[in-house]
Amino acid sequence: MKALLVFEYRRGKLTEANLELLSFASGLGAQRSGVLVGEEALLPAFEGRLYLGDIAKCKEYDPELHAEIVLQATQQENPDYIVFIHSSYGWDLAPRVAAKLKIAQVSEITGLSDGKFEVGCCNGKMRRLVRPGTPKAVLTLQEGAFPFAGKSEGTPEVETLVPAGTGSGLEFAGYEEAEKRGIDLANAEVIVSAGRGVGKKENIPAIAELARRLKGELGASRPVVDAGWVEHYRQVGATGQVVSPKLYVACGISGAMQHLIGMRNSEFIVAVNKDKDAPISEVADVMVIADVMPFVAALTEKLRK
Amino acid sequence: MKILVCVKQVPDMASKFKPNAANVWFDETDLAFRMNEYDEYAVEEAIRLKEQLDSGSADLVVLSIGPSRVVEAVKKALAMGCDRGVHIRDDESYLKDPWQIASLVAAYAKGEHFDIVFTGMQSLDRGSAQVGPTLAEALGYSCVTTVIGFSLEGGVITAKRELEGGAKGVIRLKLPAVITCQLGLNTPRYPTLPNIMKARKKEIAVFEVAELGVENPRTVTERFFAPVKKGCGLVLEGEAAALAGKVVEILKQSTIVLRGQP
Repeated sequence: MKALLVFEYRRGKLTEANLELLSFASGLGAQRSGVLVGEEALLPAFEGRLYLGDIAKCKEYDPELHAEIVLQATQQENPDYIVFIHSSYGWDLAPRVAAKLKIAQVSEITGLSDGKFEVGCCNGKMRRLVRPGTPKAVLTLQEGAFPFAGKSEGTPEVETLVPAGTGSGLEFAGYEEAEKRGIDLANAEVIVSAGRGVGKKENIPAIAELARRLKGELGASRPVVDAGWVEHYRQVGATGQVVSPKLYVACGISGAMQHLIGMRNSEFIVAVNKDKDAPISEVADVMVIADVMPFVAALTEKLRK
Repeated sequence: MKILVCVKQVPDMASKFKPNAANVWFDETDLAFRMNEYDEYAVEEAIRLKEQLDSGSADLVVLSIGPSRVVEAVKKALAMGCDRGVHIRDDESYLKDPWQIASLVAAYAKGEHFDIVFTGMQSLDRGSAQVGPTLAEALGYSCVTTVIGFSLEGGVITAKRELEGGAKGVIRLKLPAVITCQLGLNTPRYPTLPNIMKARKKEIAVFEVAELGVENPRTVTERFFAPVKKGCGLVLEGEAAALAGKVVEILKQSTIVLRGQP
């Protein structure tokens, strides 16, 4: 079995999740090769063939050109699986590659089971066991599902590919930075985060008060930030900050993958939620099943004493 | 300008999910359905574009695939401000994979020559994030996914893609295009009562799946199940004050957070 791993390069760096592609290929027992749109001076460490498309020629974001490089590598390598990370890069590019090859795509794989794939559904609450219905398939891996232990070593054998097409007609006009002002949650020892389950903006001060009582900082999940209840610089998650405090208290956060990516490496996690089956329960050390606000009030009161 | 917005109806994610008889998806009994949250942003953005273009010159169609219950989602979009609805009737839409769903939309949309298609970046229940880009491939349209900023000026779209860490990629592209919408793109409006009344008169065209033609699936779901809990976390239930007491004790024992306190 052969797996073609689609490595990811962004803004002068290889992303850390690339290692998970290697870990997945090992789990599958697949012979691996890689494809990267990036630069020759910065290659992923592994033994095998690496097809390289030049970032200057393919641009940082041009899905047609990137897809073309992946298709060229596919043609040469004839892999059973073409594997992406389920990231903003992977979920954008993978369906285009699958459509062009007229093959199956299995999205956001969380595990392997007898050569079939477990994928998340129902906002992370449930799973499906899926198999491709075509001989070859495009796969995307949930970030964090195939952690790589240790350090990857080796030097790939590089084969340079050049796109023949003219691209998507999209123009990549650059990056806009995330808001930098405010506090760096990464340094906080304690974070108490508010999720949609706190109910309304007027309840945020009570969560902030609990954070103060625990000598910590207020954090928030994405919907709460989108609703304008809490500033963006306090957002914890894939598109906010990735944190690992000594204590993380999740108040009314169901635990969408976007949030879990940002906090699952916290040392100790207390989650308060009405729903016993909320996906946050998968990472919580203590799951408090309760109405959020009365519990927060009671806990704040206990800490005041 | 012709605008299409594709919406899905999904269950409330706080529900308890049980496998259906075939054990490949959830049993719908007792579930309350609503418009997929990502699609609400798509509907709002489509309406804003129509308003910007001056309502008279835009034709805004909302489409949904599924059993008769999905008409509620179509009606909501009509009450928000879409002009007309399309219901692709399919009692077995839950068995279709993203490729089949995208192909059904494409079969309808091909003859309609839409200039722009909005949809959510993914559904909350299936969550494949495939339908938008797959539809774009089928129609031969440009596509930008995970959009949290959108404008159209002089025939050129400027879209901002959300990236990891909070940065955005800025993309310019021409029509026709498929845009998949991320949460936070805008603030979806609530339908007002007069608009709900007005929406009752709006047309909803019905298509049968057989008329449009169904592709063969490319993936097979073998089983639907709850994940095995990895951590053996402690579950506490009871009255708030008692729970708070227990949590304080646990924090004292298991973390350094309350060290030094009596």
